[in-house]
Amino acid sequence: MAKRTPLYARHAALGAKLVDFGGWDMPLHYGSQLDEHHQVRRASGLFDVSHMTIVDFAEPAPTRALLRYLLANDVARLYPGKALYTCMLNQAGGVIDDLIVYDRGEIGYRLVLNAATRDKDLAWITPIAERFGAAWRERDDLAMLAVQGPEALAKLEAVLGVDTVAAIRALKPFHALEANGLFIARTGYTGEDGVEIMPPAAQTADLWDRILAAGVAPCGLGARDTLRLEAGMNLYGSDMDETTTPLVSGLGWTVAWEPKDRDFIGRAALERQRAAGVPQTFVGLVLEERGVLRGHQHVYAGDREIGQITSGTFSPTLNRAIALARVEAGGGDRCQVDIRGKRLPARVVKPPFVRHGRALIA
Amino acid sequence: MSSIIPAELRYTESHEWVRANDDGTVTVGITDHAQHLLGDLVFVEIPEVGRTVTAAESCAVVESVKAASDVYSPLDGAIVEVNEALADKPELINEDPYGEGWIFRLKTTAALEGLLDAKAYEAIAIAEDEDDEGSLANPKLAD
Repeated sequence: MAKRTPLYARHAALGAKLVDFGGWDMPLHYGSQLDEHHQVRRASGLFDVSHMTIVDFAEPAPTRALLRYLLANDVARLYPGKALYTCMLNQAGGVIDDLIVYDRGEIGYRLVLNAATRDKDLAWITPIAERFGAAWRERDDLAMLAVQGPEALAKLEAVLGVDTVAAIRALKPFHALEANGLFIARTGYTGEDGVEIMPPAAQTADLWDRILAAGVAPCGLGARDTLRLEAGMNLYGSDMDETTTPLVSGLGWTVAWEPKDRDFIGRAALERQRAAGVPQTFVGLVLEERGVLRGHQHVYAGDREIGQITSGTFSPTLNRAIALARVEAGGGDRCQVDIRGKRLPARVVKPPFVRHGRALIA
Repeated sequence: MSSIIPAELRYTESHEWVRANDDGTVTVGITDHAQHLLGDLVFVEIPEVGRTVTAAESCAVVESVKAASDVYSPLDGAIVEVNEALADKPELINEDPYGEGWIFRLKTTAALEGLLDAKAYEAIAIAEDEDDEGSLANPKLAD
């Protein structure tokens, strides 16, 4: 049977359409995915993202050495309260997973990994952590809620208190604090302001109820996907996987090349790829005609196939189809996409498409 | 989930409804059950007027935010009219699947008796609900 979060009964009571997501029964939407998308862009939305995998490392010193070897970004850039987005690579430079690391000072480090990749991630990490003498445990006693949107923090004042929200407002993006037993991070997957909160499982339903009572709309993972795509954020398994490096996935910015003597898994392969010339580039596409872009559609420049869409959707904010695509490097700003045998013109753009409620694409 | 299944219409297993018109043509759309499964529709690819189609041939595509789904002709015939309004307002199918959300009109000499009646279609819709998803629009969030 599929796994359920502490909020399963809440989702069912709200009439959610529940779907399997990485082995979890998760809400796709509560009626209208489009309405939920607009709620987050224009007001605020609440997501249950408790299926995400949370791992805590207790000892700062050996963990720091471990993570500097395990991850392509460098946790030496962190300080207590700061978060880092990074890829975890295999020796070939392929992406095993993308994740966020939080520096919790003396308490250690917290990693938030994808749900669908949990088993292989933990199998990968286990022997390496052992070698570095870094003890860890999975925090399946924690749930995770995302409260996102321009009104998210204002709405949370009634739930967390004015003082706590003032402390959250004082945080820069990608920073976290711990208050009243809650881990609260100014992170998200929507391109809007907001937080991700990791409450103990037993308190989660109560917290969920209070956030809804404060006027935040429940939103499903369907809207989360269209929001992240508009925000130009990659989805593991669609936009990158073990066969693609960060350099061909629009994630070169997450690779810390300096200091040069830091040995991390996948470094040699990435350096070889960089020296040989990165063959592909990761771009945004905007369809110029009516239709919907989807993953695996083929992209053409004239008669020549130059790549594939890795994830595509209809953008509710832009009211047109958008996509992320991996195409040959050095292409122009126009292409065509094969949709059911028809080649429709698309514009090549640099993501994101939407940020903080504002369209960035004309 | 209970959906509306008008008694006077005929249906297909692939979730089209068929209404017999006085002029001998039939109007075709997708059922309330189907639009529920698909979710918010954002694009409809309609067939060209004049196209000849055979029963069970794909002749339109409805796309929701997450998935594309074929619409099949219920009978042999020729497309005589399409619902142009769907180009700008695909959500008409969600809002009024048996009315303003119609998709195309077919000139046909085929008999409607071979199609499902409301009761038979209802049995299929209920079985699918129990089966959770059925054949339509099982959305994939993470590949």
